[in-house]
Amino acid sequence: MSGPSDYQPTNSALKWIERRLPILGLMHSSFVAYPTPRNLNYWWTFGAILSMMLGVQILTGVILAMHYTPEATMAFKSVESIVRDVNYGWLLRNIHASGASMFFLAVYIHMFRGLYYGSYKEPREILWILGVIIYLLMMATGFMGYVLPWGQMSFWGATVITNLFSAVPYFGESIVTLLWGGYSVGNPTLNRFFSLHYLLPFVIAGVVVLHIWALHVAGQNNPAGVEAKTEKDTVPFTPYATIKDAFGVSCFMLFFAWFIFYMPNYLGDADNYIPANPGVTPAHIVPEWYYLPFYAILRSIPNKLAGVTAMFSAILVLAFLPWLDTAKTKSSKYRPLAKQFFWIFVIVCVLLGWLGGKPPEGIYVIAGRVLTFCYFAYFLILLPLLSRIEKPRPAPNSIAADVLAKTGSRSTPMVSTAIAFALAGALFAGSAQNARAADHEEVPPSQKWSFSGPFGKFDRGSLQRGLKVYKEVCSACHGLSYIAFRNLADAGGPGYSVAQAAAFASDYKIKDGPNDQGEMFERPGRPADYFPSPFPNEQAARVANGGGLPPDLSLITKARSYERGFPKFVFDFFTQFQEQGPNYVDAILQGYEEKPPAGVSIPEGAYYNKYFPGHAIKMPKPLSDGQVTFDDGSPATVAQYAKDVTTFLMWTAEPHMEERKRLGMQVFVFLIIFTGLMYFTKKRVWADAH
Amino acid sequence: MGGVAALWPFVSQMNPDASTIAAGAPIEVDLAPIAEGQDIKVFWRGKPIYISHRTKKQIDEARSVPVSSLPDPQTDQARVKEGHDQWLVVIGICTHLGCIPIAHEGNYDGFFCPCHGSQYDSSGRIRQGPAPANLPVPPYQFVSDSKIQIG
Repeated sequence: MSGPSDYQPTNSALKWIERRLPILGLMHSSFVAYPTPRNLNYWWTFGAILSMMLGVQILTGVILAMHYTPEATMAFKSVESIVRDVNYGWLLRNIHASGASMFFLAVYIHMFRGLYYGSYKEPREILWILGVIIYLLMMATGFMGYVLPWGQMSFWGATVITNLFSAVPYFGESIVTLLWGGYSVGNPTLNRFFSLHYLLPFVIAGVVVLHIWALHVAGQNNPAGVEAKTEKDTVPFTPYATIKDAFGVSCFMLFFAWFIFYMPNYLGDADNYIPANPGVTPAHIVPEWYYLPFYAILRSIPNKLAGVTAMFSAILVLAFLPWLDTAKTKSSKYRPLAKQFFWIFVIVCVLLGWLGGKPPEGIYVIAGRVLTFCYFAYFLILLPLLSRIEKPRPAPNSIAADVLAKTGSRSTPMVSTAIAFALAGALFAGSAQNARAADHEEVPPSQKWSFSGPFGKFDRGSLQRGLKVYKEVCSACHGLSYIAFRNLADAGGPGYSVAQAAAFASDYKIKDGPNDQGEMFERPGRPADYFPSPFPNEQAARVANGGGLPPDLSLITKARSYERGFPKFVFDFFTQFQEQGPNYVDAILQGYEEKPPAGVSIPEGAYYNKYFPGHAIKMPKPLSDGQVTFDDGSPATVAQYAKDVTTFLMWTAEPHMEERKRLGMQVFVFLIIFTGLMYFTKKRVWADAH
Repeated sequence: MGGVAALWPFVSQMNPDASTIAAGAPIEVDLAPIAEGQDIKVFWRGKPIYISHRTKKQIDEARSVPVSSLPDPQTDQARVKEGHDQWLVVIGICTHLGCIPIAHEGNYDGFFCPCHGSQYDSSGRIRQGPAPANLPVPPYQFVSDSKIQIG
């Protein structure tokens, strides 16, 4: 892509191919001989990181599609089957789900990099616009992918986002019906989203090829912002850029693996572990963290059509950047004012993201409007103005001069920017959880759990006792429909033998049929059967429980959460705290009080619970001292019951947790060694280039 | 011309298919079991429809407010069937971004949307919040005094 290649294969077979299709020459000139500026910093490795992420997402996505069922009544369950039953399904799903977040994180860094160093300026306008197109495609793909698990946030996110189009004058309603393929979000919507979610990554890959093509025609920009002129300014792509990218990619993979193996739900929403229900809207509909700044812009404008227009404009304005910022100096390094405003703009974006996760009321609305104004002012007022009034410092004459000038202190700005980005990322991540802070409820106390931390394992005794509590108490009203009796004998579970699990199963009566007479009949349970649910359907469950619906408990410890607040959620990332669900379940079981405190009235048929949102819970106090007896001499107290049953329910929510943490450790040991090797190899290769 | 014609099937296939349209046929709802001050939610075309048996107080509240002061001016009389003033039938989808408002909540004895805080009064008219319009009234008629047909 950088002119005709002088590559001449020596092998006669390769010569034969090369004469007919000069693909080897193309590869050689693009990825081996291609001259890259020698002063690139590590922000330039994000291009390689993004290519890797696209590959990872396509690979894991294609495999997940082999196991996933795009049908409204089965989608949620099929995702659970992938995680529970498919070999390494939990791993593939975690990679794909946190991979989406990593992809966006990398693309934001890549975009801010381009913004800071003026990578959109002549002659790279088309390169930049192709990037904006890729970003738009990524947003569409990410949105449709999030709908596929068909949890509550999937469903309601889809409803809210598709409804954006109803703001279009005259045709709004028809457009929305066309998008849905029905009169509301439903099975046809899920089907087409799946189809498009599968298609779009390949479209992205196509545009990425154009993006790289345009890059190789114009040549890479660089921190000095001056074009490469002589051979002294550049180094060949291989080995210099290759090894540097490899080191950057392996560092990024370390960060990525932290999410995959230790914090798989840190960036997710607990509500998405509740199956989609068209009749109940979650209290706060919050998109994934990477859409939050735009969501904040949408909500800050009181008029619906104007809000939607503003949101789309916020993205489209990026495409006009080359013509809004007409300053001749590319790199902000030599633009004292632009540099400061760039960082202010980064902070504005982070704050908008944080606001997007807040409920739209009071001060947040006003702050949202101010920040929305700042966002647009940066592009439409500030950049055009700066290009006219700013006096840039002189840029170096050549790249080689730039390299020579700074062989001393150059790590300081890197460190400060890295810290700024880390903080930005953390704020973003936390804002999703922040959104649930509306009610000032009592926060469940943090308990000590055997399964927390990087080496956490389930306490077998606790799992067995918890199973007993579930069987004797909870199972009267609550189902456990994702757990089969065979799971009781699985590695990393309660530690029963296959024979014990079979014996446990045979105590249950399972409905089967029809038999040869065409009748349904009951038979003893087998290991392959699932725990039977106590009620045949939702309506029966509601009638028997005074209108309340006892939720299925299989996923309850992942489907419940509470606000951790700033700055706790930042520390949580490092300490791997993710036990909100278990803490909440434990607290609910112990949070009953005979008399509600003064001033709180509880409606007929409900009970006061300190930790339940709104305090009026339909479930009567389920556990009392001495209710269940344990063979191993553990105390027969409510506290013990609560702890054991919660441990058991954590296992039902994630049966492969021990395997996840074990594999995580192995991966980390490998990645750390590998990254170290990459680092030293890079040092060797670059030793003569500085 | 031919190109546009060839394109049409590819766009049109996205619209609701025949079975979806058929499933969206009118439904009948018996009002007799709904006591005064109560409301029920039924589904029609996948949309929740609130049917409220309004109390005298709720009707008076809805009718005493000056229409011109409303964001989306409409009289209460225009939103119910004459002679059946106690019955309010609305599509329970917030006109902002499609969430389902909660009945009997908010400051106006009507509906409250938990997503972005829109509040509707006892006639389902928008009173406060980001929603641009009143809760829509679905097409329906009374087939008898205690039965309606929606659709």
